[in-house]
Amino acid sequence: MSKLLEVNNLSISFTQYVQGLNRHDSKVITDLTIDVDEGEIVAILGSSGSGKSLLAHSILGILPYNSHVAGEIRYEGQVLDQELKEKLRGDEICLIPQSVNFLDPLMKVSEQAIGECKDENEHKEKKLRQREIFDKYGLDESVDDLYPFELSGGMARKVLLSTALVGNPKLLIADEPTPGLDAKSVKETIEDIRNLKEDGKGVLLITHEIDVALKTADRIAIFYSGYVIEINNVENFKNSENVLHPYSKALIDSLPRNGFNLTEGVQPLDEVSGCPYYENCPIRLDKCEKNKPELIDHKGIMIRCFNFEEVNNGT
Amino acid sequence: MELKASNISFSYNKNRKILQDFSLSVNSDQIIGLMGDSGSGKSTLCKIMAGYISHYSGEVTLEGKQIPDKDFYPVQLIFQHPEKTMNPKWKMKKVLNESWTPPQDLKDTFGLKEHWLTRWPNELSGGELQRFSILRALNPKTKFIIADEISTMLDAVTQVQIWEALIDHCKANNIGILAVSHDKDLLEVFCDDILYFDEVNNL
Repeated sequence: MSKLLEVNNLSISFTQYVQGLNRHDSKVITDLTIDVDEGEIVAILGSSGSGKSLLAHSILGILPYNSHVAGEIRYEGQVLDQELKEKLRGDEICLIPQSVNFLDPLMKVSEQAIGECKDENEHKEKKLRQREIFDKYGLDESVDDLYPFELSGGMARKVLLSTALVGNPKLLIADEPTPGLDAKSVKETIEDIRNLKEDGKGVLLITHEIDVALKTADRIAIFYSGYVIEINNVENFKNSENVLHPYSKALIDSLPRNGFNLTEGVQPLDEVSGCPYYENCPIRLDKCEKNKPELIDHKGIMIRCFNFEEVNNGT
Repeated sequence: MELKASNISFSYNKNRKILQDFSLSVNSDQIIGLMGDSGSGKSTLCKIMAGYISHYSGEVTLEGKQIPDKDFYPVQLIFQHPEKTMNPKWKMKKVLNESWTPPQDLKDTFGLKEHWLTRWPNELSGGELQRFSILRALNPKTKFIIADEISTMLDAVTQVQIWEALIDHCKANNIGILAVSHDKDLLEVFCDDILYFDEVNNL
């Protein structure tokens, strides 16, 4: 059976004008492979600027005009081209955007959550559902008639969440739905995402908050500098010993509750010939500088590293 | 040096009060954490303390004196959404240099890359923009930093890097920090004291 969503070897690059008419191609996503099945939640964690949001935007076909996409995205076995993307987005594929700037500043928030309707009846139906969802998130009726600038950061986030939940998507792409929310609302959000899963929907959850990923996801994919470096089951992410890639370990160790350990180094600027994590890697080999490791299957875990076995034998 | 907010009351409209008799003080050598529900008024308080809102009742004082409106405001606010605080028609270099020109070593500690300076704000990710807005706020005339959820856009590894760099810089230059966050674990790592918004706000 074909998966709900499959992304194979996706790469995205941008053409920029650097000085005058000098053009420069910068590759942001180099090699991305990920899939989401029905009734499954896949979380994507990764460094800032590693291309997480771009993946979401490319699935919905809302990348800016100067981007070039290569590779293949399949939805229910069909190749997802621009025409199909435009047909499906908003109905079968929904996005919870990362930035609250995605709200229309000139439209009341309740109308934005309801969205486009065919007729009066559909509007009434959706209005009821919108009220229900707003209530659940603690947005009372006075909020319905407000405009986005009158909301606090957390309230705007909740409105964004509602816009996606009012419809009935088969695939939800949640691009950082939780920052700026208090603990209670985060819990509600997690609950809602889990409910979607129970209904057999697929969810691609992009987040920085490892705790949110741990509480919801079935599998977690780690992004670094435009590569998927590890796809692992959620149980293995409870502590850093069971994850394989050194960057994944650093990510878990740097959580406040795990000691707030400092890891030096930033992502490479341009495309590198070897492993993207070479500069900062504690277990690097000589060959990592020039050779790019492939994403390989190691006992059901996808890993992109030459040297992971040694470390994990060592610990 | 002490930044003090005393008996602040504020509301956006008559129907709903946001702040009631709110008082709080931060010393130069302190990092104070502030937690509270979404929509409770944390960001409003931040804006008042950083001089963005003027029609409130109560007083914000620095060393017992009111802060003059002219000139550089010594209390700098770093916002939750960096993309909203930058002119979309300015390249990043102009955005950064509007405040000051930071030395190279400071740029390095915040992981700011030279080629980002020639980009437009919409060509950088949220985490990258946030580094700019933090560095922009660290002007030598800054005496206090109010950090409103500054690391929610960042991954865990970068979060540590940014906070360590910010705290090191502030300790070395005697700058006090008021850190607003929902992440209790995070605040407990480096704050001298954590305040709960609802307990301080007398609504």
